Amino acid sequence: MEIQPPLKQSRGYKIKKKFVANWQLYLFLLPVMTYFFIFHYIPMYGIQIAFKDYFANLGIFGSPWVGFEHFERFFNSYYFWRLLKNTLILNTYMLILFPLPIIFALSLNELRNGPFKKWSQTLTYAPHFVSVVVVVGMLVAFLDPNTGLVNHFVRLLGMKPIPFLTAPEWFRHIFVWSGQWQSLGWGTIIYLAALAGVNPELHEAAKVDGATRMQRILKINLPSIMPTIVVLFILNIGNFMQIGFEKVLLMQNNLNSETSDIIQTYVYETGILQGQYSFAAAIGLFESIINIILLVTVNQIARKVSDNSLW
Amino acid sequence: MSKFQLSDKAFDRVNIIFVSIVTLIIIYPLIFVISASISDPQAVNTGKMWLWPVDLTFDGFVRVFQNKAIWVGYKNTIIYTTVGVCIHLFILLPAAYALSRKELMAKKFILWFILFTMLFNGGLVPTYLVVRSVGMLDTMWAIVIPGVVGAWSVLVARAFFQQTIPDQLIEASKIDGANDIYLFMKVVLPLSLPIIAVMALFHGVALWNQYFSALIYLSDESKFPLQLILRQILILNEVSADSASNAAGAAQSFAQQVKTASLVKYAVIIVSALPLLIVYPFLQRFFVKGVLIGSVKE
Repeated sequence: MEIQPPLKQSRGYKIKKKFVANWQLYLFLLPVMTYFFIFHYIPMYGIQIAFKDYFANLGIFGSPWVGFEHFERFFNSYYFWRLLKNTLILNTYMLILFPLPIIFALSLNELRNGPFKKWSQTLTYAPHFVSVVVVVGMLVAFLDPNTGLVNHFVRLLGMKPIPFLTAPEWFRHIFVWSGQWQSLGWGTIIYLAALAGVNPELHEAAKVDGATRMQRILKINLPSIMPTIVVLFILNIGNFMQIGFEKVLLMQNNLNSETSDIIQTYVYETGILQGQYSFAAAIGLFESIINIILLVTVNQIARKVSDNSLW
Repeated sequence: MSKFQLSDKAFDRVNIIFVSIVTLIIIYPLIFVISASISDPQAVNTGKMWLWPVDLTFDGFVRVFQNKAIWVGYKNTIIYTTVGVCIHLFILLPAAYALSRKELMAKKFILWFILFTMLFNGGLVPTYLVVRSVGMLDTMWAIVIPGVVGAWSVLVARAFFQQTIPDQLIEASKIDGANDIYLFMKVVLPLSLPIIAVMALFHGVALWNQYFSALIYLSDESKFPLQLILRQILILNEVSADSASNAAGAAQSFAQQVKTASLVKYAVIIVSALPLLIVYPFLQRFFVKGVLIGSVKE
C-alpha cells in the first residue's frame, strides 16, 4: 500500500527542486511579465467592449452585450469605403517602395571602404533620428504656398504655387516620400550586413569567367541576400495598415481628409476624441484581424515559394 | 580584357555619382534648416536663402531661449527620457538574462507570452482604458510605463546574453557558491555594456521623439514634453503668445509676428534635435549593432 506512483512523484519533486534552486531567475522575470500582463493582455481582454455597449460605471465586464452592432454600423457608415480605400492605397504605395533601400544597399556595397562610404552612410542614416513632429514641421515650412522653398522653385518654373499640404491629391506622395527620406539610409543596415557575409570566392570565380560588375551584383549579391529580403518583406506586411499613423495624424487637416482619413486616425477620432469607446474598439479590432490574416497568408506563401519564413 | 576593366571603371563612376546624389538629396533639407535658423527670416521666406545662411542672425535662438513653454517641454522630455530609460533597463535586462539561461523552466511558454504581443494587441482604445483605470492619466507614468518594454527588445537582449555569456562562466561561478542575483550584478552586467548602451539608446531616442502618448494621455500643459510644444509651434502655428509678449511687448505688428514665427521655427528644430544629432555620429556603431542583433532570427 505504501507504493506511490514513483515517476509522478519524482518528476514533481524534480520540478519543484529546479524551481526552488532558480527562484531568483523567476524573480527577474516577474516585472516584465506583470507589465505585459497589465498593458497587453488586459487590453486584449478589454477588446470585448467591441461587442458591448461600454459604460464606464458598469465596467468592461458588466456592460451589456450588443453583438456585432458596432461592426455593422461601421461597415454601413458613409466613411467605411473611404477609410478602407485610403488605408490600403497608402500602405500599398509604401510597400511598392520596399526595394529602394535594397538598391541603395547594393550600391553602397560596391563602394570601396573609405571615408566616402562612411560619410554617405552617416549622413543618410541621420534623418532616422528626426522626430515625426519635426519632419511634418519641416514639410509645413518647405511646402508653404507663400514662403516655402518648394513653391519658390515652382514659381521659378513659371507655375502657380501649389498648396501641397491642403491638396488631397498630394497627400500620399508627400507622406510616402518624406517617409523614404527618413528611412532609406537606415533601411540599408541589415542588407549591408547580409552583403558583408557573401562569399568572396563566388565573386572571384565569376570574375575569372568574365562577369561584369552588374552581372555579379544581380547574380551573386542579390540572390545571397534574398532570405533577408523575404523576412523583412513579411515583417513589413505584418505592419501593413499600421505604419505611420502618428505622422498621418499630424499631416491631416480638413482640406486633405479625403485622402488622409485612414482607419487608425478614425479610431483615434471616434475613440479618444469623441469617447465612443466600443465603436472605436470594434474598428480597431477589424483592422487587427485584417493585419493578422495578411501576415499569416504572406508567411504561408513565402514558406511555399522560397523556404524563408518567420515561422 | 581591357574592355571588361573599362566597364568596371565606368560602373564605379556611375555608382559614386548615384550615391552622391542620393546623399545630397537626403542631407539637403537638414542643411537648409540649419542655415535657415541663423538667417534673416525675410531672406528665408522670399527664397533668397537656399543653401548658405544669408544676413546672419541669432535672433531665433534668442527667442527660443526666452520662450518658457519650450524650456518646460525640454525639462519634461529630459525627465521622461531619463526615468523611462532607467525603468526600461531595470526590468528588461534581468528578464532577458533569465530567458537566456538553460535551467529556466517553461521558457517556451514565457517567450510565447511575450512574443504574442507582437502579433496581436488590444489596440488604442482598450489600452487607453487600462491606462485610465490605473490612474495614470495626466501623470508622467502614462508616458513612461505603457511602452516601457517591447517584445523586440526582450528578444534582442536575450540573443546578446546567449551569444556573449559563456555557460562555463555561469557554471563556474555557481560552483563557487554565487547566487543568481550576485552573478547577474557582478559577472553578467560588467560584460554587457554594449547591450546596455544599445537598449538605452534605442529606447531613449524613441522616448525623446514621441508625441502621441503625450497627446492622448496628458492635458496639463505644464507636463507637456518638447514634442507636443513643437507640434504647437511647427504644425498648429500657435507661436507661443508668451514669447511675443515678454520679448517685445504687445505692440508687435502682424508682420513682425510672422517674422518672429519663422525665426523661431527653424531655431526650435535645431534646439530639439541637437542632442541627438550631436551624439549620434559617435554612437552610430551602437545603433547599427542594435539593428543587427535584432535581425538574428530565432
